[in-house]
Amino acid sequence: MLAKRIIPCLDIDRGRVVKGIKFEDVQDAGDPVEVARKYDQQGADELVFLDITASHEARPILFQTVEKVAREIYIPLTVGGGVRTCADVRCLLSAGADKVSINTAAVENPGFVTEAGGRYGVQCIVVAIDAKRVVPKKPPLARKSARVEPPRWEIFTHGGRKATGLDAIEWAVKMVEHGAGELLVTSMDRDGTKAGYDVELLDAISAAVSVPVIASGGVGTLEHLHAGLVAGHADAVLAASIFHHGTYSVGEAKHYLADKGVQIRL
Amino acid sequence: MAASIGVIDYGMGNLHSLGKALERVSSASRVVISYDPEELMACDRLVLPGVGGVRECMNELRRLELNQMVVEAARDKPMLGICLGMQVMLEWSDENGGVPALGLFPGKVVRFPDPSPDAHGDRLKVPHMGWNRVVQTRAHLLWDGVPDDAWFYFVHSYHAAPANPEHVLGTADYGHAFAAAIARDNIAAFQFHPEKSQNTGMTLLGNFAQWSP
Repeated sequence: MLAKRIIPCLDIDRGRVVKGIKFEDVQDAGDPVEVARKYDQQGADELVFLDITASHEARPILFQTVEKVAREIYIPLTVGGGVRTCADVRCLLSAGADKVSINTAAVENPGFVTEAGGRYGVQCIVVAIDAKRVVPKKPPLARKSARVEPPRWEIFTHGGRKATGLDAIEWAVKMVEHGAGELLVTSMDRDGTKAGYDVELLDAISAAVSVPVIASGGVGTLEHLHAGLVAGHADAVLAASIFHHGTYSVGEAKHYLADKGVQIRL
Repeated sequence: MAASIGVIDYGMGNLHSLGKALERVSSASRVVISYDPEELMACDRLVLPGVGGVRECMNELRRLELNQMVVEAARDKPMLGICLGMQVMLEWSDENGGVPALGLFPGKVVRFPDPSPDAHGDRLKVPHMGWNRVVQTRAHLLWDGVPDDAWFYFVHSYHAAPANPEHVLGTADYGHAFAAAIARDNIAAFQFHPEKSQNTGMTLLGNFAQWSP
């Protein structure tokens, strides 16, 4: 039986791992090769690198970083951040990434996902979905009899700064039709809060699509990982700060989940 | 001259990690990544990797005149197919509307059925992506030092259905048991990615680097 995956996410800025709260107060957290090796030894099932470097000139540094890590780490590596063209995809894959994550460029041009998937195989195309809950307009006087509206989410791009008006569930379905091999679903409401994944969002997307869903945004405890996998029906869970700050090791997270009956590679 | 392992590069997929992994497990061998049929024919053993779609894969193999080379080399050289490289070793793949393949193993390649809920209400997604266990159904030198039921990394939507059950070395379970590793004579093939499967994968590649069938 297929195991659920535990994926540490590393923010990369000009060749270094950094940690910070919502891109503010960014601190150096080490050499990507060393950090990747540590997570590999702890039993991480995959790694995600997110390039947060603002300047495009620093791109070659990212490729070198990916190359160095891929040379030493024999687990799958996904790289995202600023992937806009097939040339970007090709450069990252030939540097040693196994998958690339596409976000803003997919919204601006959904055909890019199709093109990249057709050229390099859908298995290496991850579409990142940053979604925020839409607060339904309340009637002037909240009546008990009023029907509860089902939750809705909207897609954001540019690192969560730009609203698109797109419905997250419809968008997820559309991206899979365009050839996404996997979806990385981040709740913008929960990201950085340590309040747990938006389980309803995960469940809604997971039920709507046929490809694997990676849960992201909001992990503070091991129980949150469990909720994402079980109640949210995600196929993989991504977490950053709980691992970076040493709150838990990847191994501790995996044992916790395995003890709760989740299928895990130990 | 040192022994050499040729990795067949027909322009599809990332050969970086595979090349590095082979170098790591076979320090005595030279790893040659090439699309030149002559250079590959001069190697002692060959790896046929691959990701992407089967039609484009077969087209590229033909365009680079590698298809005949592979069939010829398969007569006596130790050869290893990985992922799509395994699938094109069968006779036929249902992918891309149906494509004839190299036919090194009798049988065909079929798609996983579309997601349907399992007993726990979880749906089996396609692609089958992630770590799954491989049950060794037959003893083989390639399994040397690899524990039964070990975890390997998979990513695929189609899988081989070999006609001859004796060719199956190991199976994985995804809705049903399917052939995860096959072998006959001097040819072996894995659906999973040993180069992405940590130490167990390295052991397997090391065994292939020394395999003398």
